[in-house]
Amino acid sequence: MSPGSPTALHGWGRTSPSVASVRTPTGAVEVAEAVRGAGDRGVLARGLGRSYGDPAQNAGGTVLDMTRHRGVRRLDVDAAVVEVEAGTSLDELLRVLLGVGLTLPVQPGTRQVSVGGAVAADVHGKNHHVAGSFGAHVRWLDLLTADGEVQRLRPDGPDPELFWGTVGGMGLTGVVLRAELSVRRVETSSVVVTSERHGDLGEVMDALTRLDHEAEYSVAWFDSISRGRGSGRGVVLSGHDARLEELPEADRGAPYAVPPPRSVAVPLVPPASLVNRLSGRAFNELWFRRAPRHPTTGVEHAFGFFQPLDGVASWNRLYGPRGLAQYQLAVPHDAAAVVPAVVAAVAASGHVSCLNVLKRFGPGTPSPLSFPLPGWTLALDLPVAAGLAGLLDRLDAMVLEAGGRVYLAKDSRTPAHHLAAMYPDLPRFAALRRRVDPEGRFASDLARRLGLLTPTPAREAYP
Amino acid sequence: MMDATGRPQSLLLLGGTSEIGLAVADAWAEQAPGLRVVLAARPGERRDAAAARLEGRGCRVEVHDFDALDDGAHVRVVEKARAGGDVDVAVVAYGVLGDPERAWQDPEEAGRIARTNYTAPVLSGVALAAMVRAQGHGVVVALSSVASERPRRSNFVYGSSKAGMDAFYTGLGEALRPLGGRVLVVRPGFVRSRMTEGLDAAPLAVGPDEVARAVVDGVAAGREQVWVPRPLRPVMSTLRHLPRPVFRRLPL
Repeated sequence: MSPGSPTALHGWGRTSPSVASVRTPTGAVEVAEAVRGAGDRGVLARGLGRSYGDPAQNAGGTVLDMTRHRGVRRLDVDAAVVEVEAGTSLDELLRVLLGVGLTLPVQPGTRQVSVGGAVAADVHGKNHHVAGSFGAHVRWLDLLTADGEVQRLRPDGPDPELFWGTVGGMGLTGVVLRAELSVRRVETSSVVVTSERHGDLGEVMDALTRLDHEAEYSVAWFDSISRGRGSGRGVVLSGHDARLEELPEADRGAPYAVPPPRSVAVPLVPPASLVNRLSGRAFNELWFRRAPRHPTTGVEHAFGFFQPLDGVASWNRLYGPRGLAQYQLAVPHDAAAVVPAVVAAVAASGHVSCLNVLKRFGPGTPSPLSFPLPGWTLALDLPVAAGLAGLLDRLDAMVLEAGGRVYLAKDSRTPAHHLAAMYPDLPRFAALRRRVDPEGRFASDLARRLGLLTPTPAREAYP
Repeated sequence: MMDATGRPQSLLLLGGTSEIGLAVADAWAEQAPGLRVVLAARPGERRDAAAARLEGRGCRVEVHDFDALDDGAHVRVVEKARAGGDVDVAVVAYGVLGDPERAWQDPEEAGRIARTNYTAPVLSGVALAAMVRAQGHGVVVALSSVASERPRRSNFVYGSSKAGMDAFYTGLGEALRPLGGRVLVVRPGFVRSRMTEGLDAAPLAVGPDEVARAVVDGVAAGREQVWVPRPLRPVMSTLRHLPRPVFRRLPL
């Protein structure tokens, strides 16, 4: 293993970088050695760094780059299960699975996520309303804990608390080394997608509600800039895995084709954000106009449907030197009014967001820190600029009032004193950490910023 | 940790009764409820008042005894501040103007100004550098002065001490960059404050609040130097390149 060199790390949003000693272990023995030898700033596993904020950074401490720890270990096509090393990317895994007619039951918006990261952030996809989050499909996982020992954990024992605390636990319970996942059979690598355009947010929300019962996949993109009557107008996409007979005849000979792993890249960071009022307005207008006025159905490759941005590497650089903050909230069904209120507040603020996503969530998992809850989730990509902190503070207030929360995998700025209200099971998580990591060996910038490392999670409230 | 929008969770003021330093704390306290502020200053009424004022604004305040002219105090106080958690931003806020005419003729006064404005900030900087290295992150704000850009006849002892301090922190910024640290050098012009009480305000004079705003915005934007007010930059750049015979005739 490399001796560890001081390396600046940042999240996908490119905000708040910090320096850690990065080591690249190649096996469990080396991970255990690094964990046992962790200094007072602690240790943390990092995958592909696609979290937006600071959860995969550990300033002044050790960061274990797990990306060499990869590969599919066992694939049982008949039972539809796969055993995989934690550093494997979902892209790599999907290419193997699709080759034999299988796919992942939950796919997030990028395939550049490691399996360990997908567990730690308990990622979700466009089928959350029917399939739940990633953690719900983990049959077991091997976790290397603070004592350097490896435990095989299952949702139904031997230590379900630790299993569910690791799912969504942002890497603070240990290092995930390996996992067995339930996967799903498909007839093709395509999705049949229906696209409908709606003139305002109310219609968009009605359509998504209807699709709860009709669609396997559903998601909406909405305009975050238009105000007044067209506020929140958007495009609703729904779909299901394409069956063989739904493919165009020419494609039926190779139903599991996948595009080669190639993409164009944004070569450098421009001196200022290219996402600004002018380009943001044009983008929002264009995206809306691009969708046909009347509902249309077509066949699309699953990669393009689930991960439309994966074709452009380093697109985060477009946001310039100050980077971007992603804000993703979840609120329960009875607080649906928060959705239009947030959209109106953003439109009125003058801050521009281009990638605005709205979706319905189904029930969450038993994980104390898992993000999804039955209701609505909304995500915004905002360039960091003067005044953004104030806007996001106002959104926090609405989310808190509604009994909602923000997503830790995307967070880069939530004030620590909001956390206990957003995650009511925080005391359970703190108790778990005290049990499995009494010396506080696992640490991250996110955990320091949100006070997740302090032994008592009850935070004082400030006016 | 500093958040993505540049808001710190904790602030260390070296020179905890400095008017500009406290204005900076006020500005951040408004943005970041529950801000932890460590006041490193000589004990006394002024420090008590500063602590009470910040507590009134919702800050969690810690006070530590600190005398900038005690060479060992710098490392000690930075370690004490760190014992309570990471320091996201440290402001080197102390300094003296002194009596300009006495200063170049009286060794005691000259030494006091030089030690307070140059030697002590260098020791603070060394202690803060060790802190940044250990933490893997941290912003150091150094309150320099436009006087550092081209010292004038009227207060060249002060100006020369600030010039040295400015150069040290500019270099420190380069040294700390690969270690996760950042240094912001702030060059205010004439600031209406206790230090300048009784002096005639120069053109483009500002108050401590304006300096504070420039610091907060500069840190959020990741800047390495700011001039307060901004137009001072082209003004000073011009003055710096004026031939000496012309410069000396200016009513500065």
